Amino acid sequence: MATVKLRDIRKSYGKVEVIKGVDIDIEDGEFVVFVGPSGCGKSTLLRMIAGLEDITDGTLEIDGQRMNDLEPSKRGIAMVFQSYAIFPHMTVRENVAFGLTINKVNKAEKSAKVAEAARILQMEHLMDRRPSELSGGQRQRVAIGRAIVRDPKVFLFDEPLSNLDAALRMDMRMEIGKLHQDLGASMIYVTHDQVEAMTLADKIVVLKDGLVMQAGAPMELYHEPANLFVAGFLGAPSMNFLKVTVEDVGDDWVQVTSDALASVKVPNKGRRFTKGQAATLGVRPQYLMAAPDGQGMLNGKVILTERLGSETVVNLAVSDGTTLIAAIAEDAVLAPGDDMAWTFDPASAHAFPEVD
Amino acid sequence: MASRLTTSNRAGWGFALPGFGLIMMFIVIPFFFAFYLSLTNQRLISPNPTEFVGLSNYDRLLSISVLTIEPEVDDTGAVVRDDDGAPQYPRVRSFTRNNPDYPEYAGMREWFRWHSGDTAKVVVATDVVFWKSLRNTLMFVLIVAPVQAGLALVLALLVNQKLRGINIYRAIYFMPVVVSIVVVSLLFRFIYDGNDGLLNNILGFLSFGWFEGRDWLGNQDTALGAIKAMSIWQAVGFHMVIWLSGLQTISPTLYEASSIEGASKWQTFRYVTWPGLRNTAVLVIIVITMQAFALFAQIDVMTNGGPLDSTTTLVFQAVERGYGKQDISGASAISVVLFLIVLSISLIQRYITRAR
Repeated sequence: MATVKLRDIRKSYGKVEVIKGVDIDIEDGEFVVFVGPSGCGKSTLLRMIAGLEDITDGTLEIDGQRMNDLEPSKRGIAMVFQSYAIFPHMTVRENVAFGLTINKVNKAEKSAKVAEAARILQMEHLMDRRPSELSGGQRQRVAIGRAIVRDPKVFLFDEPLSNLDAALRMDMRMEIGKLHQDLGASMIYVTHDQVEAMTLADKIVVLKDGLVMQAGAPMELYHEPANLFVAGFLGAPSMNFLKVTVEDVGDDWVQVTSDALASVKVPNKGRRFTKGQAATLGVRPQYLMAAPDGQGMLNGKVILTERLGSETVVNLAVSDGTTLIAAIAEDAVLAPGDDMAWTFDPASAHAFPEVD
Repeated sequence: MASRLTTSNRAGWGFALPGFGLIMMFIVIPFFFAFYLSLTNQRLISPNPTEFVGLSNYDRLLSISVLTIEPEVDDTGAVVRDDDGAPQYPRVRSFTRNNPDYPEYAGMREWFRWHSGDTAKVVVATDVVFWKSLRNTLMFVLIVAPVQAGLALVLALLVNQKLRGINIYRAIYFMPVVVSIVVVSLLFRFIYDGNDGLLNNILGFLSFGWFEGRDWLGNQDTALGAIKAMSIWQAVGFHMVIWLSGLQTISPTLYEASSIEGASKWQTFRYVTWPGLRNTAVLVIIVITMQAFALFAQIDVMTNGGPLDSTTTLVFQAVERGYGKQDISGASAISVVLFLIVLSISLIQRYITRAR
């Protein structure tokens, strides 16, 4: 049970700065997910919290105590690695008990803690096997078991599900979510998979190029992305972007248009626009729909349809050359080549002053 | 690409022939030839036809027994003693030469003796030099195998660190391996020289002239030790490289996991490094053991088996007899005995280190 506080954390390798001043607050018992594209520094940040990488500058506090220069084992953390990092020559029981063996915990306490971890992870029947006899998911469960017996203040997960196949990944994702509910410990979880981020997190921290792009609750980030990057990163299929020009600006709205798009007034919270500037309009595929006659906001030609069962994903070519994606109801049947009118609710669209 | 060349059986054999032929000619055929010759009285050059003599070569080589000799007594029944009070014994040759009462000791010579009370136990063997060379070889293996393997591991651990210029150290430790053992042996003859050798000079300098110097290779007590030390030094770099390759196959995340658990340096070695080196250890131990059993060049260059057979070895004896004394059959018998020893030791090592 602990809070974690990062203040202006920086990391440089020689002259190259990879973490460029990160501030994050993690509340007691919170599940925080660091997400971002590869190379954004999310794993480095996690390893700095763990103590596996030095902190070049800034302050790391766990439970109000400065941790910058403490050994990893003294920070009250436990870490689960992508590659499991379980010891191949030890049985599951020995692996789970490793930290206790190292620290010479007495036998009774050791076996009680190991039994408790085995119970939580439902792997009592695996305890005498060797890692080579386990599946990927079971191995990761052993690694989590090893973390649990440490009774850490903070759990750190470094892409724990990336080595698993899709079906197993979903199961383990749910198990980790349940584990967090059961233990109520603070957890920091690194992933590049935005589905894991959305489903598990109390708070998502989106990172890019060593900087925090946005931090907040999953739905907050989904509905109120702070910038183009976050808007494009979260949500599947990802948000559609249209190049537009600002026509008019109001207190809490902005009106945009383009050659392909009819004039539309979308809400705006505090972003600065000036008339005539180039901007980007973002519309999530789920909000894009075929328009009733004469009410279309833009015309799109169907290039490709993918019927996923629960929904149908349609690729559209718009007259200005951009490609849009619409996710529409499952029973809609569209033929490639159909030129149709499309619309969306302006209230669900986002205007961004930046152009990528 | 199936062409006539690659599918032709004859071409396949043609390509295999050079390697296959060389292996047959220089390894397989001589191997069986040695078995055959050891059962004959073959000499290198002889006008007499070769005869099949059964196991008599082995009989002569291996016959050994313990002769119990009571001290001489005078007319009163008291033990005859010399001026120092040591009991006097009849000469061993009175039992082994032309003594019809002891046919089992005929032709044997004393190897060594010990006393229980006034009774002398004399170990006699037909071929004392063989037994000495067997003892020397075993002593060599017994010291060189563990010390060389251990030292190589220590060096490997040292040069496995990520330090600037570490490759220079790797190169330095590896250098003696590149130099021919014959050259190394010649150089060490100068180093070990009794009059003005480097070793005597250094020891004299370090002890402020207190150390008087000795002829390291000319003394029964130090000759084999000196050769052991040199042999360990010469080949340690080779095994260091093998250990090093083993060390680098161990996943770095295992070390990170153990550092998070708070393992000390020793515990990390004990629980992570050493188990990860198991297969490497098997290889290193078996290779060193086989190399040590084949000890020849050092002896041939430095001592010729002397002084007083204190450095003679099995391979040296085999060469000495076969080509020095032209006794090919006796040399073959030694080779076969050596082969059986090395084979059984390797099998034992395989069994002890088998995967469980």
